[in-house]
Amino acid sequence: MNWANLLAQMFNGLVLGALLALISAGLTIIYGTLGVLNLAHGAMFMLGGYAGYVAYAYTQSFLVALIAGAVFVLLVGLAMERSIIRFFYQRPAEDQILVTFGLAICFVEIVRYAFGSLSKTVPPPPWAMGITSLGFLFYPTYRLLVVGIVIAALLALYLLLYRTRIGMIVRAGIEDSGMVDALGINVYRVFMLVFGIGAMAAGFAGIVNAPVVSLTPDVGESILVQSFVVVVIGGVGSFPGAVLGGLIAGEIISITSMLNPAYAYVMLFAVMTLVLVVRPQGLLGIQGRE
Amino acid sequence: MKQATHPNADLPILALAAVGLLAVPFALPPLGFAPNTVNQILVWGLFGIGFDILFGFAGLLSFGQSAFYGTGGFVAAYLLTRAGSTSVLLSLCLGTLAAAAASFVVGLVALRRTGIYFAMITVAIAEVFYFVEFSPLSSYTGGENGLPGVPTPRFEFGSLVYDIGSGWSMYAFIAVCYFIGIVIALRIVRSPVGAIFVAIRENPLRAAAVGHDVHGYKLVAFVIAAAYAGFAGGLLGVVQGFMPPDAFTFDTSGQLVMQTVIGGVGMLFGPLLGATVWLFLRDFLQSAFDLGSAWKLVLGVVFVLLVTFLRGGLLGGLKRATAWLMRRAGIGQPRRGLAPAEAHSLTSIGSSRRREATAFAGPALATRGLTKVFGGLTANKNLNFSVPRGELRGIIGPNGAGKSTFFKMLTCEMRPTSGRIIFQGRDITALSVASVCQLGLTKTYQVNQLFNGLTTRENIAIAALAERRGKLSLDLLRRWHRVSGLEAQVETTLAIVGLTEHGDVPASELAYGNKRRLEIGLALATEPAVLLLDEPLAGMSPRERKDTVQLLKSIRRGRTLIIVEHDMDAVFELAERITVLHEGALLAEGTPAEIQRNRQVQEAYLGGLAAA
Repeated sequence: MNWANLLAQMFNGLVLGALLALISAGLTIIYGTLGVLNLAHGAMFMLGGYAGYVAYAYTQSFLVALIAGAVFVLLVGLAMERSIIRFFYQRPAEDQILVTFGLAICFVEIVRYAFGSLSKTVPPPPWAMGITSLGFLFYPTYRLLVVGIVIAALLALYLLLYRTRIGMIVRAGIEDSGMVDALGINVYRVFMLVFGIGAMAAGFAGIVNAPVVSLTPDVGESILVQSFVVVVIGGVGSFPGAVLGGLIAGEIISITSMLNPAYAYVMLFAVMTLVLVVRPQGLLGIQGRE
Repeated sequence: MKQATHPNADLPILALAAVGLLAVPFALPPLGFAPNTVNQILVWGLFGIGFDILFGFAGLLSFGQSAFYGTGGFVAAYLLTRAGSTSVLLSLCLGTLAAAAASFVVGLVALRRTGIYFAMITVAIAEVFYFVEFSPLSSYTGGENGLPGVPTPRFEFGSLVYDIGSGWSMYAFIAVCYFIGIVIALRIVRSPVGAIFVAIRENPLRAAAVGHDVHGYKLVAFVIAAAYAGFAGGLLGVVQGFMPPDAFTFDTSGQLVMQTVIGGVGMLFGPLLGATVWLFLRDFLQSAFDLGSAWKLVLGVVFVLLVTFLRGGLLGGLKRATAWLMRRAGIGQPRRGLAPAEAHSLTSIGSSRRREATAFAGPALATRGLTKVFGGLTANKNLNFSVPRGELRGIIGPNGAGKSTFFKMLTCEMRPTSGRIIFQGRDITALSVASVCQLGLTKTYQVNQLFNGLTTRENIAIAALAERRGKLSLDLLRRWHRVSGLEAQVETTLAIVGLTEHGDVPASELAYGNKRRLEIGLALATEPAVLLLDEPLAGMSPRERKDTVQLLKSIRRGRTLIIVEHDMDAVFELAERITVLHEGALLAEGTPAEIQRNRQVQEAYLGGLAAA
């Protein structure tokens, strides 16, 4: 094993981990606030990528693609919450899971119908092509940029959750949404916003990732599974847990892939099992919140 | 036990299924179904029976059934193509065993958590199985090529040899498998275990509180589902002559879930109907409308609409429509329950092993230094408490005195920070709620914890089953209403709580006062030696209070009762001795008269006013 290789893989793990952290943060704040497990979260990731792809095709501007991808998925999230999800708040968790699963199928198949199954690519911005020397390592410039963009997005999400009035309501809602409602705050409007923002996190990750991994209608499926594992490891409903879990999962997948790609998932799963056995509520989760 | 059934209620269903299966080769080909499509539908249907028991009955939504479908399929296919097995049936059974064994191990992890955790973990586990099949085990499974050359079955009866080919002769073989699968599934869902699955779906907390090993039963449901999946996976290889690797994909699990929900959940035949719709639409939409890949979009939309508006699926809708039509036509359809009681005398409650155990002479229930700390708040501190056998003890205290915490610890719903709980001389501090109930200690809840979807009689039966059968028992093929002594126990309990007339009414439709009685009935049916009642009079009208006080007086014979209650009149009327808690500590204990005179108690309640 050579050290440069290991270092490069650890950087890959950081890129993947940061992306997973952002996606899982979206999943976990939706669950924490609304109590809904969104199985269409992977589809949101995919939609973000395709929306960015379309925007790029028209404008040739990566920045426009980035914004378009995020905004489009935000709108999809808001529309989804208003038209369907809000009717499921009072229904059993199983129904919520089923309906979001069905919606995921619909989104994937709409995209397949419109764009076909062949993969699409969005090139990185010209100034971020090529490789950068970090002194000890040469690394693709765009991937470094991904880490930067995702950290900025996570920071924005953090500030929104922990430094604004709406964030305070969201965090209070995670603790006890009934109580927040009783305080005279319109929780349902907050729910709508959270669903939109959570979806946007996945959509944004989708377009950011598009230059790294090419787009197919099924690209969200494995992302969904990985973000589940992240959330289980980090603790359901915990924003810091999603970030920590994302980084752990990213590193496990990358480093195991270097040794033997076939075992990446097995290893990830083994760690999840270990967490479930030792600390069932997840690393940063709170006991009894489920 | 969706509807409690008459002993032979399944015969018409089975006859209908048999006729249906026999008619298929004549009825479906004109509709454009090829025999191979029909065979695939049956394989999906068989796969779905197990999933329906898991989801429709036990309420566990798994997105990872492909793991067991693939395991069973590849083990059977490997045995037949590479390991030189000549018996298809034997290989199918070994595949089934392998799938069941895998699910047992997976279940130990996945069932540690419930609800959304369970769904997420099953998804993750199925992905792992897929990757393991694809790479590390590819020399056994053929990797992305799968295993070709799976032979068809061949049966020899003496000199008579029966070779199963493809097409309709294969259909005969699979139809027999499906029929046997349905027969077994019907037995399972009508068994005590099946009844308990439904109870767990309706209210897992109460199912454990009346003494069932909820985790154990969930594992049983999970293994049953995996066994069906494993057998169906093996059949898939046999039908196609080839074991495809995509049996392991997430899409397989997803398709199973969608077909089951489209067809109807909790009726066993739903997955078969769903698979028929699915495969028909796939072929029909693709060929007739030239929709290409959009057929799946149509199915996705149909699925979302069904989940939103018709949660029972197509079969559920059909059932509702028939019931509505029959009501319009004025045809009454009486619910069939356990046969109504002939008169049981109130004193003849089944003599239980537990009651005999009450021969113990010391205190029925005692605590030593019981303390519970939540963060910085001490809810209970150093409580030493003892109730002699046969006493009716009242516990009172102002709000926030720590009564609820104390009660939760007594039945092991909550672990104390320190201290011991001793029930009939035995330390029960570390036991589970279910184990404690099995020993003869249970409680009624302040907020009703009923099995809402079940009738009153079925509710009581669930509790009585725990008493009759113990924590975990695998009588999968016995009919639940034939458990010996069950009927007498159920009817006696119903009579005691005065709900005999309401026996066939769903618990959710009972009036509030009757729900409170059922709440007490659930606890009574477990034949407790010590019964804790958490505010049994809460929310009752004066009339209902009077009735309930009478009920409590009538059930105290031969039992130790401990009551937490805010209604002072009732407590002072009922209790022989009263314990007063104040700020988490024991303030006073004595006869009602002593407590009434006690200065400290007056101060605690009236904030010193009485002292002036």
